[in-house]
Amino acid sequence: MRSIRAAAVGAVTMSLALAATACGGGSSTGGGSNDSPKTLTYWASNQGASIAIDKKVLQPELDKFKKQTGITVKLEVVPWSDLLNRILTATTSGQGPDVLNIGNTWSASLQATGAFLPWNAANFAKIGGKDRFVDSALGSTGATGKDPAAVPLYSMAYALYYNKQIFADAGISQPPATWAELVADGKKIQAKGKQVLGAEGANVSENIHHTFVFAKQHGADFFTADGKADFTNDGVVAAVKQYVDLMAKDKVIPVGNAEYAQNQSVSDFAKGKTAMLMWQSASANLKSQGMSDSAYGIAPIPVQSGTPGTGAQVDSMVAGINLAVFKNTDNLDGSTKFVKFMTSDAEQKILNTAYSSIPPVKAAQEDTAFNTPANSVLKNTLATSAAALPQVADESQFETAVGTAVKDLFADAAAGRAVTTASVKAELEKAQQQMPAK
Amino acid sequence: MRKNPSDPAAPGPRRRRGERIRRIGLPYLLLLPALILELLVHLVPMVIGIVMSFKELTQFYIRDWGTAPWSGFDNYKVSVDFSAPVGKALLHSFFVTVGFTLLSVGFCWLIGTVAAIYMQDEFRGRGFLRALFLIPYALPVYAAVITWVFMFQHDNGLVNHVLHDQLHLTDKPSFWLIGDNSFYALLIVSVWKGWPFAFLIVMAGLQNIPKELYEAASIDGAGRLQQIRRITLPSLRPVNQVLVLVLFLWTFNDFNTPYVLFGRAAPEAADLISVHIYQASFVTWNFGTGSAMSVLLLLFLLVVTGVYLVLTSRGRRSADV
Amino acid sequence: MSSSSLTRSPMAPPRSFLWSRRIFLTLLAGFVLVPVYVMLSSSLKPLSDVTGKFRWLPSGLTIRPYIDIWSTVPLAKYFVNSLIVSVAATVCSVVIAVFAAYAVSRYEFRGKRVFTVTVLSTQMFPGILFLLPLFLLYVNIGNATGIALFGSRGGLILTYLTFSLPFSIWMLIGYFDSVPKDLDEAALVDGCGPLGALLRVVVPAAIPGIVAVAVYAFMTAWGEVLFASVMTNDATRTLAVGLQGYSTLNDVYWNQIMAASLVVSVPVVAGFLLLQRYLVAGLTAGAVK
Repeated sequence: MRSIRAAAVGAVTMSLALAATACGGGSSTGGGSNDSPKTLTYWASNQGASIAIDKKVLQPELDKFKKQTGITVKLEVVPWSDLLNRILTATTSGQGPDVLNIGNTWSASLQATGAFLPWNAANFAKIGGKDRFVDSALGSTGATGKDPAAVPLYSMAYALYYNKQIFADAGISQPPATWAELVADGKKIQAKGKQVLGAEGANVSENIHHTFVFAKQHGADFFTADGKADFTNDGVVAAVKQYVDLMAKDKVIPVGNAEYAQNQSVSDFAKGKTAMLMWQSASANLKSQGMSDSAYGIAPIPVQSGTPGTGAQVDSMVAGINLAVFKNTDNLDGSTKFVKFMTSDAEQKILNTAYSSIPPVKAAQEDTAFNTPANSVLKNTLATSAAALPQVADESQFETAVGTAVKDLFADAAAGRAVTTASVKAELEKAQQQMPAK
Repeated sequence: MRKNPSDPAAPGPRRRRGERIRRIGLPYLLLLPALILELLVHLVPMVIGIVMSFKELTQFYIRDWGTAPWSGFDNYKVSVDFSAPVGKALLHSFFVTVGFTLLSVGFCWLIGTVAAIYMQDEFRGRGFLRALFLIPYALPVYAAVITWVFMFQHDNGLVNHVLHDQLHLTDKPSFWLIGDNSFYALLIVSVWKGWPFAFLIVMAGLQNIPKELYEAASIDGAGRLQQIRRITLPSLRPVNQVLVLVLFLWTFNDFNTPYVLFGRAAPEAADLISVHIYQASFVTWNFGTGSAMSVLLLLFLLVVTGVYLVLTSRGRRSADV
Repeated sequence: MSSSSLTRSPMAPPRSFLWSRRIFLTLLAGFVLVPVYVMLSSSLKPLSDVTGKFRWLPSGLTIRPYIDIWSTVPLAKYFVNSLIVSVAATVCSVVIAVFAAYAVSRYEFRGKRVFTVTVLSTQMFPGILFLLPLFLLYVNIGNATGIALFGSRGGLILTYLTFSLPFSIWMLIGYFDSVPKDLDEAALVDGCGPLGALLRVVVPAAIPGIVAVAVYAFMTAWGEVLFASVMTNDATRTLAVGLQGYSTLNDVYWNQIMAASLVVSVPVVAGFLLLQRYLVAGLTAGAVK
């Protein structure tokens, strides 16, 4: 028996020793250095139609960068499914890239880890100044009042995609500008035997993106000014109810969409089953599903009344990708140079054209490439009527909790159960209680 | 366990002693590689995980988690406070998981064993069927589960097409991926994916039963069913003991199937604990609470395993040791 | 059905047994194959039709996905990576498990029970939670010794072999226990050392079990997603993770995912078809001389 105990003690001691070394892991490197000035590692997110295409887009630009600065950039395109987990493990272990792409909604959460280089005035000066960037894009780079954790790289916005043929058949001359119009048009579309509006009811992120806009339109916020979760205020409840009612009461979203989470709504739209779709940068996607560019039109997302603008007239979130620098990089100067290069007017034009996104850099937006009808809607939305998702450290929890609540409400609506103000409030109450207590 | 032989090749004069050491040391030497590897890859991280469960390990501290403040039993208190939403959800998820696991393991084992027994005798196409039955096991999980997602779709799926359109068993198409039916959807996918493993292991186990036993039994006039009951099942006991336990542990901890099937927000009826813990840690970046839940899970599984081993080993030890 | 086996043993199965077998196996084959069929037909559809209304006989088939899969992601490279990692993990895992199981099965020693239970207990911790500690550990080992474990195939092999090890050991203990001890004692008397007895007598007699365990170890490594997703990079990514490369930010190439999954599974199933005759050799055939 004694040997067993000895063995157990040995094992535990060894584990603790190893654990202690593990603890020491990420701590040694507080700030960056310039120990290896000739190389950089860059994790790009998968923006194009495939990883192979991303490499094809980015490699020539990286070669250009090498010619200008002599720095070799080692590129890895990380698939979306892995990106956040890779970033988290890199953050925890200190073993990561020098420069990387992040989804802009993660900015505040990642900022809280302190792993990224803060973009203070001095750092911004190195890349040409803060005012080169569009305000709405800057709004999604970290918590307000703190130095941004990242720099905007690509921007996107939501728009209403509509099928021209179905609209013509139903006798609708122009896309709906308000929700009331959308519901009224819906009746005409349904009379022609088509579905009205597609939605990804079981996709947590999509649910958040849409309810966020509805909340804005009800003049409500999910968080109080000092960053506390406030999901049950009347405005939010009304907003969530209005979104779910598109299925439950107005019947413009078909019940089957309650379980969509695999982009089925996009293929329904591409096949001409549904007349409208709210999506960000759907063009490439629709093309690969066999829908030609001329078959659909693009309009701003509807508002309650009037035209899109700020405040209660917001009609999209600011979607996009930011570029961040790991604080413990061993090539700080090179990393900053690389960010400068990637956000330069010339590169912005090339990259955003390749990815059919909108440049968050003002000067680059002026380029004619971004003046096509589709792009001008998106550009306009970003410039005038898009708002950033809550920039709080708990953004990720918020997405999960509220997104799930909306998913459950859609499930109720699909099953024919009534969706009432009380039931919406109850779901949101549950979501709020899952948020970390402060 | 740490006293492996230091001098396995003892010189001539002390041969007898060397041999003794070797005899005592040999089993340890044989175990050593397995032990070191398990220690490195499983036990040490497990201990680190347990340490994490006593820390307030949110995104504010993950970068240097040594500095995360100790939180004592706070993470545990949150997890087991069953009157508060987090604890209540965890408890609910726990019961769903237990029910799901018992059903899934039961079906996997039953189907696997029946198939293995049926395929014990030679018949034409046996080899082909055997390979065919392993296809669900060989297909990449992601693609296989996504295929089931398509099959379970409300509007366009095969399941509703057959049940509703062709057989008219339901008066309107059912939802399988949301709402209460999601539990059955999950169970079906899990069994589809899991039974070939039971089949494989039982099939291999059957090969160790000497044919003479069957011949003797059939000369005694025992029928098929009696042979299965009196020879096959008792002989499979040691194999089954491990198989059922491991199936249980895996199904209980299975993450991929529910995650691909439902995404990161599982319907309440199919809210398995692994996804729940994933949400409590990776999605919400609170590794402390996630670790605490995992440790609770670990304790539960340890107890279950302990009880199981004691119960199932009793008969066995008296029989053959 | 059984007409091919001409040996009319005294245990020729009764008719009712044959019928129940036919029905059961047919139903089971249906259950197994329907999703495979759906997968196959999805892999032959243009993208817009994949999520469309299910039809038993799909229209408008195309083999395009089978051409595109190779250029959308470096499928061939992932396949080679997976093959290297899985085979190496399988070989190591089986060898180590054979030794360990032999020790437990044939020797009495202190700490035996502790060892077996400890090994089994490693199956209980949810992978999701020891992912992070393990990654930290690998990084620290890398910093301390210069052995790159994360991002390399070696680290993945190490991880996977320990995944399959516990069950392999437990299963093999069972198989070895059922090999009569007289056999290896006879071998010991004949002058074989203990290892000789293991390799010449016990292992051959337990071939079905070893093959089953090897198949299991291979599949464990072949299908693992979570650890591979953070421990590999561009150069070492395995198939199970690489398949997710078919879903991009806006686009998911369902048809190509299905096509690629089927393509990469063909060699695995074929390999199993070749291996399966060893599953039925073993004690009954060889050992009782």
